[in-house]
Amino acid sequence: MNNTIPMSNVIALVPEMIIAGFACLVLMFDLVLPKGRKGFLAWFSMAGVAIAAVATWQLMYQTIPAFADTFVVDPYSNFFKMLFYVIVAMTLLMSRGYLTQDRIHIGEYYHFILMVLVGMMMMVSATDLMTVYMGLELVSVTLYIMAAMKRYDSRSTEAGLKYFILGSFASAVLLYGMSIVYGSTGSTRLNEIGAFFTNGDAGVAATSGLILMVVGLAFKIAVAPFHMWAPDVYEGAPTPVTAFMSVGPKAAAFAVTVRILLEAFGGMKAEWQGILMVLAVMTMTVGAIVALVQTSLKRMLAYSSVGHAGYALIGVIAGTDLGTFSVMYYMAIYAVMNLGAFGVIIMLRSSGVVGEQIDDFKGLSKTHPWAALFMLIFMFSLAGIPPTAGFMAKFYIFMAAVEAGYVWLAVVGAVLAAVSAYYYIRLVVVMYMQEPDGAHQVCLGRGLKTALVVSMLVVMAMGVFPTPLVEYVQSAILQVGVVSF
Amino acid sequence: MIELSNYVILSAIIFFIGVLGVVTRRSIIVILLSIELMLNAVNINFVAFSHYLQSITGQVFVFFTLTVAAAEVAVGLALIVAIYRNRKTVNVEELDIMKW
Repeated sequence: MNNTIPMSNVIALVPEMIIAGFACLVLMFDLVLPKGRKGFLAWFSMAGVAIAAVATWQLMYQTIPAFADTFVVDPYSNFFKMLFYVIVAMTLLMSRGYLTQDRIHIGEYYHFILMVLVGMMMMVSATDLMTVYMGLELVSVTLYIMAAMKRYDSRSTEAGLKYFILGSFASAVLLYGMSIVYGSTGSTRLNEIGAFFTNGDAGVAATSGLILMVVGLAFKIAVAPFHMWAPDVYEGAPTPVTAFMSVGPKAAAFAVTVRILLEAFGGMKAEWQGILMVLAVMTMTVGAIVALVQTSLKRMLAYSSVGHAGYALIGVIAGTDLGTFSVMYYMAIYAVMNLGAFGVIIMLRSSGVVGEQIDDFKGLSKTHPWAALFMLIFMFSLAGIPPTAGFMAKFYIFMAAVEAGYVWLAVVGAVLAAVSAYYYIRLVVVMYMQEPDGAHQVCLGRGLKTALVVSMLVVMAMGVFPTPLVEYVQSAILQVGVVSF
Repeated sequence: MIELSNYVILSAIIFFIGVLGVVTRRSIIVILLSIELMLNAVNINFVAFSHYLQSITGQVFVFFTLTVAAAEVAVGLALIVAIYRNRKTVNVEELDIMKW
């Protein structure tokens, strides 16, 4: 019996260890830093993310299975890790002004955000139900706290509690599904489960396990009819936290869903495609219709993010290489444009003004033409109007659906995208066609400015020159069965 | 003779009681207990399968589940305390600033 851990295992885990180490150091520095100097922790966390990014860059095109096949570093997981670094860096840039404004600029915020990052990295690298569960719970439990960060505010605590109840309920359902899958296949390794389903007959037990797992994952990515928590939590949580959790954990959950469905349940494609098709159509419909009647912009963006999950699901349903590619591409683009849109909301949060209602944006083009222009670009991109990146993302999703033979799904998606364009453009109308009630007060720090400009440039550049990102994503598509265990 | 199916049925019953508790009860504390019940139903399943399959994985999984459940309860109780300080209630029906 060999009791030593091979060096390659440790190397595979280096980016995670760096981030976890920085997260602990943040807590220690927090003790010695005086109030009002917590901004240092933001830069310190950024440094940690940058170092981890270098480590991931070194591992980029390697495939290293580690820790008895429960963890893997492959181009697919590295793509998502790179995406998470970008998301976390942009969130850190955006947060400071808002946190100071809302008197929650505490060191723990940076600790939590780094811990969520570790959890997300675990999730995308997990190749065993156990590591999937651990990563998922690290993300979820930390996010429950982050949602309730404003502990003196009853909306924020209510959001945290609702997220906690529905999130842990979903985890229990997912776990029950996992236990049934373990019982009927005899393993928790994704590749061994996959081998079982290609050889043997699936049976009722395994199918019910699959259904329960899909339900649990659907809760986590806020897919209708399991999306009830999303609008409340997105509305109540502090805006930087909302911005972060509407993109990061969603992308991680999509990554892990694709890996589980293709690697472990590749032999049961027909079953999960059937379930997901119903879910995808419901999700896109809810996202397009319910968002029309919202008055709170955060709530509207919550429903919009539900809708976007529906489009990304189409790529999962396709189940082909192009499908995986379109999901990865969609998640990258969606992350940047959604962060940008939330950045403009954060900007409007200043003393006395909450700036979360659609009416708060009245006549923004008169008082702050640049902010209005940025919001216009993000809204056009979310709606999928060319030449923005959002158009390319939707284009690849529909192309994957057509290629896999689901033309009707692409048609439904395109129709509902047209419906949802209405509410994005409504905001643009409010900004450009209506008179301002008074001068808008904005709170625009250097960090927020940088994040907004970067996301705007990315959204425009990816719409006009999509090739570099497309080529990178193509090189990182999940390769099922290539990893020799 | 107690067979595997007995354990699995017991686990399913407990899981279902947990689900019913989450859906029908109004006190957050009882909802928390029901979620714990669901997690423990999973644990019964894992241990039963582990014994039946003669594989240790299931029992290892139980340890992870227990640990995570403990962390989850800690966070959950903290959230309940926070919300009680703000609202002086732990009834989910009264937590309606935002529509459910």
